[in-house]
Amino acid sequence: MAAPETLTPASEAEACAMVAEARAAGRTLAISGAGSKNAIGRPVTADAAIVTTSLSGIVEYNPEELVIVARAGTPVAEIETALAANNQALMFEPSDWSRLLGSDAGQTIGGIAATNMSGPRRIIAGAARDSLLGVRFVNGRGEAIKNGGRVMKNVTGLDLVKLMAGSWGTLGLITETAFKVLPRAETETTLVIDGADGAEAARLMTAAMGTSAEVSGAAHLPAALSGAVLGAGHENHASTLLRLEGFADSVAERIKRLKPQIGTGRQIAELDAAASQRAWIAIRDVHPFADGSDTPVWRISVPPMAGHTVAGQILGAAAGQAFFDWQGGLVWLRFDGGDARADLVRGAVATHAGGHALLVRAAEDVRARTPVFHPEPAPVAALSERIRASIDPDGVFNSGRRAFNSGRDAA
Amino acid sequence: MQEIAFLEPDPAIMARREEIAAGLAALLSGEGLVTDPRELVPFETDAFTAYRRVPLAVVLPATTGEVAAVLRYCAEQGVPVVPRGAGTSLAGGAIPQEDAVVIGVSRMSRILEVDYDNRTATVQAGATNLSISDRVAADGFFYAPDPSSQLACTIAGNIAMNSGGAHCLKYGVTTNNLLGARLVLMDGTIIELGGKALDAPGLDLLGLLCGSEGQIGIITEATVRLLARPEGARPVLFGFDSSEVAGACVSEIIGSGIIPVAIEFMDKPAIEICEAFAKAGYPLDVEALLIIEVEGSDAEMDAMLARIIAIAKKHGVKSVKESQSATQAAQIWKGRKSAFGATGRIADYICMDGTVPLGQLSHVLRETYTIIERYGLRVANVFHAGDGNMHPLILYNVNDPDEAQKAEAAGADILKLCVDAGGCLTGEHGVGVEKRDLMLHQFTETDLNQQMAVRAAFDPDWRLNPSKVFPLELDMRKAS
Repeated sequence: MAAPETLTPASEAEACAMVAEARAAGRTLAISGAGSKNAIGRPVTADAAIVTTSLSGIVEYNPEELVIVARAGTPVAEIETALAANNQALMFEPSDWSRLLGSDAGQTIGGIAATNMSGPRRIIAGAARDSLLGVRFVNGRGEAIKNGGRVMKNVTGLDLVKLMAGSWGTLGLITETAFKVLPRAETETTLVIDGADGAEAARLMTAAMGTSAEVSGAAHLPAALSGAVLGAGHENHASTLLRLEGFADSVAERIKRLKPQIGTGRQIAELDAAASQRAWIAIRDVHPFADGSDTPVWRISVPPMAGHTVAGQILGAAAGQAFFDWQGGLVWLRFDGGDARADLVRGAVATHAGGHALLVRAAEDVRARTPVFHPEPAPVAALSERIRASIDPDGVFNSGRRAFNSGRDAA
Repeated sequence: MQEIAFLEPDPAIMARREEIAAGLAALLSGEGLVTDPRELVPFETDAFTAYRRVPLAVVLPATTGEVAAVLRYCAEQGVPVVPRGAGTSLAGGAIPQEDAVVIGVSRMSRILEVDYDNRTATVQAGATNLSISDRVAADGFFYAPDPSSQLACTIAGNIAMNSGGAHCLKYGVTTNNLLGARLVLMDGTIIELGGKALDAPGLDLLGLLCGSEGQIGIITEATVRLLARPEGARPVLFGFDSSEVAGACVSEIIGSGIIPVAIEFMDKPAIEICEAFAKAGYPLDVEALLIIEVEGSDAEMDAMLARIIAIAKKHGVKSVKESQSATQAAQIWKGRKSAFGATGRIADYICMDGTVPLGQLSHVLRETYTIIERYGLRVANVFHAGDGNMHPLILYNVNDPDEAQKAEAAGADILKLCVDAGGCLTGEHGVGVEKRDLMLHQFTETDLNQQMAVRAAFDPDWRLNPSKVFPLELDMRKAS
């Protein structure tokens, strides 16, 4: 839904002035980067949009310092290209849901920070918020705030960096990010175990993660979805994937060690580096469900061993498919159609050891009547609301999406 | 450099000591209340021993419910609260004030659940850092953050200060290894944050909690990530003729794609102090020493070490010494981890904790020596070279007021140097009272007011650990 007016600040100072002016005039602003994730959540009801796309460019990048500082509107592709030229990468493997959401807008680094987009390597290398060392942002008073920095260890003051990471634009306008980067692995190999069902796959992945092999990706695809990730020859075979990255000799050594440790009589194939990269991008970016439709897609985060049980309970009650990343703890679930069935999904999550569920994709009318973000217990919701008010006291930002919880954000 | 100021104790609260003690006694079980002046003495300071304040009372609750009751009572009575883990803060984060009740978590020290399938441990917040790794070691797991004080320090304190350690180059600090926490707010509300899933919904309050220095609530339980222990680990000593060369070698190792689990640096004075104490076999004929630890199977460690040694040779490494046994490896780490204690045997010291960008290490080290010379003091440097977290130990005589003041002034100059080089005041020890008055060197008043406003969302009346982190001259009320 296009906002009546779009503000495009070209500097942080300009952004401050725009926010201060909106605040004084009692107007609300919808924050976005390139807009690739605008279709997530309730439609933001705001008087104007403020976008970061003109706050663009890498500010500082000395490869030997393992840090990249960039303005929030810098395209992720630009960052990744600069890093790749120096054989480095963002360790959290930012995911890109553009194909899933039918967007061709591209992603900005500020958007990655604001949504804490973390890929398969999350299980060993942390989330986006773990790599985010510092931010600059404009609060709801129109003030420029610096928090964190560009060094790897920093406990100076209250950590607002974590607060901004994953705040979905509800606290402030991020203008600059500093991310930790690391050298890219020399190579990677993925083991593909053939034919395990969900419960067996959960056990295999757990066994693998309990070894010292430093598995950097653990995912499971049921038979119906294997082909969408692994291509020809894998259709109709459930596949459990374990990725190992590092120097070639080390990867070989760890594979040799790992195979007997996971203890399966099943056939194990190996994907070479190129095939492995393709597979993990498909998992990371949810390609199995990038079907051009707007049938409901949920992202469910639960304890790793609970994933297949939660998915089983949901899919026992409504038709759909699910696949698993993060050792089974990240469940991607698509219903064949119709309503988002939030009560069914969240009920299953609550029954099995807790976690949360985000409705990533659904038709606009479905999103309008569904709490897209996971409802929080009342004391936590109240606290979060007080925090939000301490940063944006007059509610300038992202009013429709504000407060991740409950039906309140529909108002 | 002035003495660090504390808030003036409120005489009205002090006058009500007995009434407050009685009120607290009614809320606590067993040996939960300490009011005897002699028994309060151990609580008057932490590991930042230059400052001492005897608190009004100390409570040691046995349950989350007792913590909530005490906090609710203190909120109602307007009594400040100072949370305490094991009291190992090097920054004075747990130093009390005369009108405050100390709430210590040391009686809540049980490990509640170990879940190997999901690789988590749920513990009471007074459990020591090392007790977690000890519990799961036989099954091949460990808890990664390993501050030097890990034998004594509690998980509650680790979370409050976002503690690191020697191995965070690879494994991260507390915030990267914490999945859930039970937190009691100042008004007695109990909230649960996170759990066993890898991420939590809503605002990242768990992330905010880490490093909040006891100012947003009291932690009574935590769920932490367990990791599978590597097959083996081998520390190797690399001696160099100069700190610059050692620094350049570190840069090239990391740049080549190798991330050792630890890269520790020691300069000559630190080498001599630690060797005299630990007899770890450190070379005494070098100017700078790197302890580089690699992990994995023997074949993996051999391969990685071959790469590292090749780089070190390019940089003219003077001596390379691999540990030949688990005992030797333990000796090498004992020397490093006892650096602070060993230094304490030869002189009083204050330990700085600034972090600088990796490219600035040599520059900052050089300038550190210049500053120390200017004050006519001595310094020993031990630090985590892989992540730029420096630990200059400034040696002085605590009984010489002039020298003590010089040491504090030199420390402040060094921290400003770290900030000016693009770094920060504290990498893992926290701000506490020690660095509170330097905060305006790193942040603007607007930055700090925003932090204080967020803090006030938890504790609007500013009762939790009130004289820490933020300069006293900032108006706390205005911020909230």
